[in-house]
Amino acid sequence: MAEQVEARAVFPGAAEGRAVVIEPLSFWGGVDPGTGVVVDPHHPGFGTALAGCVVVMAHGVGSSSSSSVLAELLRSGSGPAAIVLEEPDAIIFIGVAVAAELYGAACPVLIVPGATRAIRHGAGVAIDGARVRVVKEPPRDGV
Amino acid sequence: MDGLLHLDAGDRERLSGEKGEAAAIAMRFVVLLAEAVGAERLIDVTRAHIDGCLYQGRAGLEFAERLAAAGAQVGVPTTLNVGSLDLLHPGLYRGDAETARDARSLMDAYVAMGCRPTWTCAPYQLEDPPAFGEQIAWGESNAIVYANSVLGARTERYGDFIDICAAITGRVPAYGLHLTENRGADVVVDVSRIPPPLRDRDVFFPLLGYVIGRRVPSGVPLVVGVDRATPDQLKALGAGAASSGGIGLFHVAGITPESSLPDFGRGPEPSLPPIAVTVQMLRDARDQLTTGRTGAALGAVALGTPHASAAELRRLAALFDERRVADGVDCYVSSGRDMLTSELRAVDELERAGVRIVADTCTYVTPIIGRVDGVVMTDSAKWAYYAPANIGVRVVFGSTEDCVASAVAGEVVRDEEVWGG
Repeated sequence: MAEQVEARAVFPGAAEGRAVVIEPLSFWGGVDPGTGVVVDPHHPGFGTALAGCVVVMAHGVGSSSSSSVLAELLRSGSGPAAIVLEEPDAIIFIGVAVAAELYGAACPVLIVPGATRAIRHGAGVAIDGARVRVVKEPPRDGV
Repeated sequence: MDGLLHLDAGDRERLSGEKGEAAAIAMRFVVLLAEAVGAERLIDVTRAHIDGCLYQGRAGLEFAERLAAAGAQVGVPTTLNVGSLDLLHPGLYRGDAETARDARSLMDAYVAMGCRPTWTCAPYQLEDPPAFGEQIAWGESNAIVYANSVLGARTERYGDFIDICAAITGRVPAYGLHLTENRGADVVVDVSRIPPPLRDRDVFFPLLGYVIGRRVPSGVPLVVGVDRATPDQLKALGAGAASSGGIGLFHVAGITPESSLPDFGRGPEPSLPPIAVTVQMLRDARDQLTTGRTGAALGAVALGTPHASAAELRRLAALFDERRVADGVDCYVSSGRDMLTSELRAVDELERAGVRIVADTCTYVTPIIGRVDGVVMTDSAKWAYYAPANIGVRVVFGSTEDCVASAVAGEVVRDEEVWGG
């Protein structure tokens, strides 16, 4: 059954994907800009593929070059389908906004307080404007 | 959007295109950000530091070239961060020619927009650093945290693209760390349990930064129990905390400027439980930053991240003390190009010791280090944090003294005594 989560769209749009609930991540130095895979060996999500997924994390960390890496991911088609954060992050927001401006790449960014607890890893998530719907529970055996 | 944002006449002129196409593009992104973060107004900044000149791929280049082609010129004095190339020592670059060409085009585009070709990640070491209370727009995570914490200037954590938009317009949203109410401490980090010999050592500071960034990834920490700290030690702390975490501002009681203000600590109580740092936490940090085996062959030593200051260059020269880097090991020190002329003597001594000086870029952001079959030793938490993913090396973290001793010995040397055996 679909469950709706309260959200604020800081970069509106529509998207669907599997939720990747992940510890705060620096896109620069943390994600391969060509493949969208987490390459930071210090990160618990090392090896996770972000392409086409709804990335859910509390906030961004690390490098201010993450805007460029995110724009590059979206340009090359290896970027997330959407990003859900618990608090606004200028570095993530601007990367998405520039990719939209230059390439028309859509990657909605939403703020959902408590998102990393409210959305389960592996759940199917649909985003439309300021609505975030968890449309499918994650498989029982985990992801 | 929600209509909270008030724009002044100048903002509206820029937005409407009266000040040219480039100003309109830049203003549009500043306004988008202001709306996203719920700012009610924009404020002036006096200077900017651009992070976007480091090449990450076509998107960054196409954005810069689009602005440059639209006639963009910065409206406030603007410095440039490292690029992907050492323009003074082009032979150091080992990457492919196509990437080098694009990286150079990106650097050229920012210079064409009127930015100063400073090519350093430590713009606070240039002449005329920002003053206490000055509102600025800086990119580069270590520069952001240094400006806020050590200088008491005010910048949010700006990234690529918005940095140049702020530089062109001279405007940023009034939010976050620009505002006094967001600069109080959220969490107390107590280091008084760390024995003084370790607490005074240089190696303590980058590891403390790494611990803080891991445990309080967002927020404003107040470090208590530090008796003394040099600007370079605070720089290492900030660079570590802004790599493992998203720290944009920290205070050190009695040392950083805002912690001495009469009103400091009168705001809300810290919202997070205090952290008592132990020697074990620092050892764990050292081990987490060490992805290679300490018994492995030493390939290279990487120093000067963030870019070495004058004092750090002199100290390194003194540590080598006329000894030479061992055959078979490459030792690099990164610094700003301005230091190469102002610190001629130390630079000359280091070069005579067989150290390769890197300017304009850094050894963990671009392919410079040739020998990646052995481990690379560094004294920088930031270098150790990013290098494994960026350039595919295995790292051993050590103190500056350990790094120099290892470079001379040709093998990994670490002084374990400082950790209590």
